[in-house]
Amino acid sequence: MEDERSFSDICGGRLALQRRYYSPSCREFCLSCPRLSLRSLTAVTCAVWLAAYGLFTLCENSMILSAAIFITLLGLLGYLHFVKIDQETLLIIDSLGIQMTSSYASGKESTTFIEMGKVKDVVINEAIYMQKVIYYLCILLEDPVEPHGISQVVPVFQVSTEQLSKVFSPKKICYLSPFSAFLLLLRFSRNVNSSCQDYLRTPDSYF
Amino acid sequence: MVLKAFFPTCCASADSGLLVGRWVPEQSSAVVLAVVHFPFIPLQVKELLAQVHQAGRVELAVLGTWCHRRQGAEESLGHFLEGLGTIFSHEPWLQLCREPGSKLWSCKATRRQVPPRRGAPYEDQVMLVFYDQRKVLLSQLHPPAALPDRQAGDAAPSAGGLAAVFDTVARSEALFRSDRFDDGPVRLSHWQSEGVEASILVELAKRASGPVCVLLTCLLSLVSAASACRLFKLWPLSLVWSKLSVCEQLRHRLEQLTLIFSTQKAENPTQLMRKANVLVSVLLDVALGLALLSWLRGKDRIGPLAEALVPVADHVAEELQHLLQWLMGAPAGLKMNRALDQVLGRFFLYHLHLWISYIHLMSPFIERILWHVGLSACLGLTVALSILSDIIALLTFHIYCFYVYGARLYCLKICGLSSLWRLFRGKKWNVLRQRVDSCSYDLDQLFIGTLLFTILVFLLPTTALYYLVFTLLRLLVVAVQGLMHLLVDLINSLPLYSLGLRLCRPYRLAAGVKFRVLEHEAGRPLRLLMQQVPGWDPLGCA
Repeated sequence: MEDERSFSDICGGRLALQRRYYSPSCREFCLSCPRLSLRSLTAVTCAVWLAAYGLFTLCENSMILSAAIFITLLGLLGYLHFVKIDQETLLIIDSLGIQMTSSYASGKESTTFIEMGKVKDVVINEAIYMQKVIYYLCILLEDPVEPHGISQVVPVFQVSTEQLSKVFSPKKICYLSPFSAFLLLLRFSRNVNSSCQDYLRTPDSYF
Repeated sequence: MVLKAFFPTCCASADSGLLVGRWVPEQSSAVVLAVVHFPFIPLQVKELLAQVHQAGRVELAVLGTWCHRRQGAEESLGHFLEGLGTIFSHEPWLQLCREPGSKLWSCKATRRQVPPRRGAPYEDQVMLVFYDQRKVLLSQLHPPAALPDRQAGDAAPSAGGLAAVFDTVARSEALFRSDRFDDGPVRLSHWQSEGVEASILVELAKRASGPVCVLLTCLLSLVSAASACRLFKLWPLSLVWSKLSVCEQLRHRLEQLTLIFSTQKAENPTQLMRKANVLVSVLLDVALGLALLSWLRGKDRIGPLAEALVPVADHVAEELQHLLQWLMGAPAGLKMNRALDQVLGRFFLYHLHLWISYIHLMSPFIERILWHVGLSACLGLTVALSILSDIIALLTFHIYCFYVYGARLYCLKICGLSSLWRLFRGKKWNVLRQRVDSCSYDLDQLFIGTLLFTILVFLLPTTALYYLVFTLLRLLVVAVQGLMHLLVDLINSLPLYSLGLRLCRPYRLAAGVKFRVLEHEAGRPLRLLMQQVPGWDPLGCA
């Protein structure tokens, strides 16, 4: 069973959320991010090459131009391979764990799997971004040394909606089992009015 | 909880039979290790499981039945398989079935225990997870090392989550020792049933390693006993030993060799990796040392090298002389105190003359020394580098002496200046209270104190300049020595075996797992494929 919705992120780019239902115990959420725009690529390349040409007219050394070409190529390859995320997938398998996959524009896929036994809790965190408050879902991992401590906080997706905070206070979510909390939160995001501020953004700088 | 059945991919095409494996009740997961084919005698199957239990301390049981219907299916097979549930009782009883020529599977897990509310046998929801048995067995995703307060001989601590699956497969190695060409009482299907993997070289090395290790351990213990004898603890020798870096390196090498050739087997994978890393770095070190040796001997380079060494030392001494002459004049346009300048300059120049004559005395022996140094490269490149670093330290001993003189003089001057400055202000240092207190001085004390203070202040630039110059020189020498020590440490501690494993056999160093959902149909159980992710684990989840 598949379901697709489109949203826009904080910067205005288009995002698409696809939900797949495999079985009562397994679900997948797939978020596709906006592609690399030709306009920004052309702008950056032109800026770098103009600067290199300016330096060349000053120094009369043709190595600068070849260096500029190399820098542009390597920079683009590095950006596509390490920075630009095309798609983020969240696979939740009941009583096994949670798997987060990020696939980059160059085809690289990086996967993280968290076992269900290590998940202590699922919470919603608040953050201030520029002039507004955004909310994002986090997984809290257990600390093996200290049973009441938390070893890490792993953000998943970022849902910014004013209505979310009114209905679900973070405390309520904590008492549910992690699996049902996820489903509840992500099912709720469907009910929010998309004409209002409904922003979904993938935290590609977290991993 | 959903029941998870871990099924090996190699058994997906096997004939019908019984499923043998381990049931982990805490995770509600059944780890299937092998399939027992017909015909079999139930007693022999139970004996085999008891043998494996003794060898690996893992409790195996018959978990259920596996039905792979070929073309021209026998209907009686289904009833026969159901009847087996009464002979091998296990809660829950798994029944996996695969349709011929299709990817559709069906799973059923029944519990005979009647729950209080219902009357019929209770069925669990089943999820199939496929895993590659060979890779799981060879990977290092084992449970963490046992706690130090555990007594030897206790049952192994139970691992949580997926580590339990890996642990089960690793401990059941005794089950995988027979293949289909053996004439055993029970016919099994597992990852080695097409033929047991073995290597002649590995087997020979295992046989030979026993006596070799014993012999070398005896030799090494003799060497370490000799080095620990009382003679070397006498005062001048102990000072020399502690200052030379080659002794440190030799001691480290001795420790490494003792670790490699110890007769104790490695208890867990971490210790095995450490041993392997140390062995590979020692081998690399010795190989590089032998390469250096052959390069030195190849075109008979030692002679020219020795001959070039004395002129280089002379040249350095000459440069130092020029430097001192420059300092005795007007260095960088600064005006120095002529008398102090001349005294310090002449004192250092005299020291330099002594040093040059010492070098000239040593020059006939240099070639012999270099020859022996080259020979020590057999023990490893690190030893040769340490000796080189020590030789540099010995050759630049005069720079070290100059630095010490300059530093002492400067330190005395600063102490005097600070004390007299306090006198100038009418204060003094209270040793008892560790603070500055006011003090009333006599007039003659104040007079002499102020006079001395002004003298020291005006002599400060001269001393400060000498101190600065010689400290910079000493820093240069220390930097060169530091680079060499860095290289030595790099060769000593780089885990080359792990790096090699990461490049050539990434599944041995599994950092985590990832799951892929296979073709799914409504009404059929969910099928997942578990694969290993090589590399390091950023979230510490493995």
